[in-house]
Amino acid sequence: MIETTSTSALVINLTYVLAAALFIFGLKFLGHPSTARKGNMLSAVGMLLAIVVTLFDKNIISFEWIAIAIIAGTIVGFFAARLVAMTAMPELVSLLNGIGGLASVFVAWSTLEAGTYLSGFVMLVTFLALLIGAVTFSGSLVAWAKLSERISGRAVTFKGQVTFNLLLVTTIVFCGYLFVASPEFSPSFSIVLYTLMGLALLFGIMLVLPIGGADMPVVISLLNSYSGLAACAAGFALQNNILIVAGSLVGASGIILTSIMCKAMNRSLSNVLFSGFMPVVESN
Amino acid sequence: MDNIYLLIIVIFAALLGFELIKKVPATLHTPLMSGSNAISGITLVGALASSGTENELLSIVLGTLAVALASINVVGGYLVTDRMLSMFKKKQR
Repeated sequence: MIETTSTSALVINLTYVLAAALFIFGLKFLGHPSTARKGNMLSAVGMLLAIVVTLFDKNIISFEWIAIAIIAGTIVGFFAARLVAMTAMPELVSLLNGIGGLASVFVAWSTLEAGTYLSGFVMLVTFLALLIGAVTFSGSLVAWAKLSERISGRAVTFKGQVTFNLLLVTTIVFCGYLFVASPEFSPSFSIVLYTLMGLALLFGIMLVLPIGGADMPVVISLLNSYSGLAACAAGFALQNNILIVAGSLVGASGIILTSIMCKAMNRSLSNVLFSGFMPVVESN
Repeated sequence: MDNIYLLIIVIFAALLGFELIKKVPATLHTPLMSGSNAISGITLVGALASSGTENELLSIVLGTLAVALASINVVGGYLVTDRMLSMFKKKQR
C-alpha cells in the first residue's frame, strides 16, 4: 500500500495520474489507423513511467530479485514478440494474456501470505483477483492451444455439461464464502485457498472448451477484458490507484471490443459469454 | 470511505473505456486487443510492491514470480502490437 503523506508518495501518485492519462490517449490513438502506432508508443511510455516511479515507494527495500525478475521477463517477452511468425500473433497475444492473468493470481496470493491482517473487503477483492486471474490464465491457455491447433479447434461438448458447470459455479461461490469468512492462517484456510485456485482454473477451461476455434478471437478479447478486471481487483487489494484505473479501462474497453467483434462475426455476445451454459450453436 | 472513492474512479474509468472503443475499424481490432492486453500488464506495478518488501519468504517468492510474468506480458505485449501495426502500415501503401 502506498502512503499519501510523504513527498515521495505525492510524486508517485502524481506520476500515476500522468501514466493514466497516457493510457487513455494511447487507447484513443490506437482506435485510428493513422495514429495507432503512436498510441501504442504513448501507452508504453505511460507503463514505463508507472513502473519506474513505483520503485521509489519506500516500502520497497530490496531490489536484487526485482531486477533479476524484470530482466528475465523482458528477455522472454522480447524474443517471444520478435521471433513469432506473423500468422501466429493472435496465439501469442492469447498466451501473453494468460501470463498476465497468472501474474494477478500471484500478486493476490502474495498479499495473502504477507502475514499482515486483512479486512473483509480486502479478502473479498483478493478472492476476485484470484478467481478472475486464474480463469484468465487457464482460459487463455485453452484458446492458445485451440488457435495453434495443439488441441482440436472444434467445440468440445459432453452430456451434462450445463449441470456440471452450474455445480462448478456453485462450489466456487461456496468456497468464496468460506474464503472471505474464515479466519486467516488456519490450516483449513490453505485448503480453501488451494481448492479455490484449482476450481477457478477448471472453470476457465470449461468456459473456453465449448467454443469453436473460429470464435477464438472473440474469446481472447473477452479474456483480455477479464485480465484487466483481475488487475483492477488486485489494485483494490493493494489500494493502488494506477492498477484500479488501468485495470478498469482495459476491462471496459475489452468488453466493448468483444461486443463489436461479435457483431462483425454475426454472433451474440451472450452466446460467447455463457457458451458452457447453453446448447452450443456451431458457427461456420 | 476510501473504497467508495476508488469505486467512483472505477466507474469513470469504465465509462471512458467504453467511449474510447466505440468506433474502431475492423482492421484495428487485433492490434487494439493486443495493445490493451499490454496495458493489463500494469499488474507489474502491484507485483513490485509485493516482491521488494520485508514480508514472509513465500510472499516475496510469489511477488517476484509475478514481476517476471508481468514483465513478459508488458514487454511482449507492446512489442508484438508494434510489429502488427508496422505490418498494417506496409499493407496500406
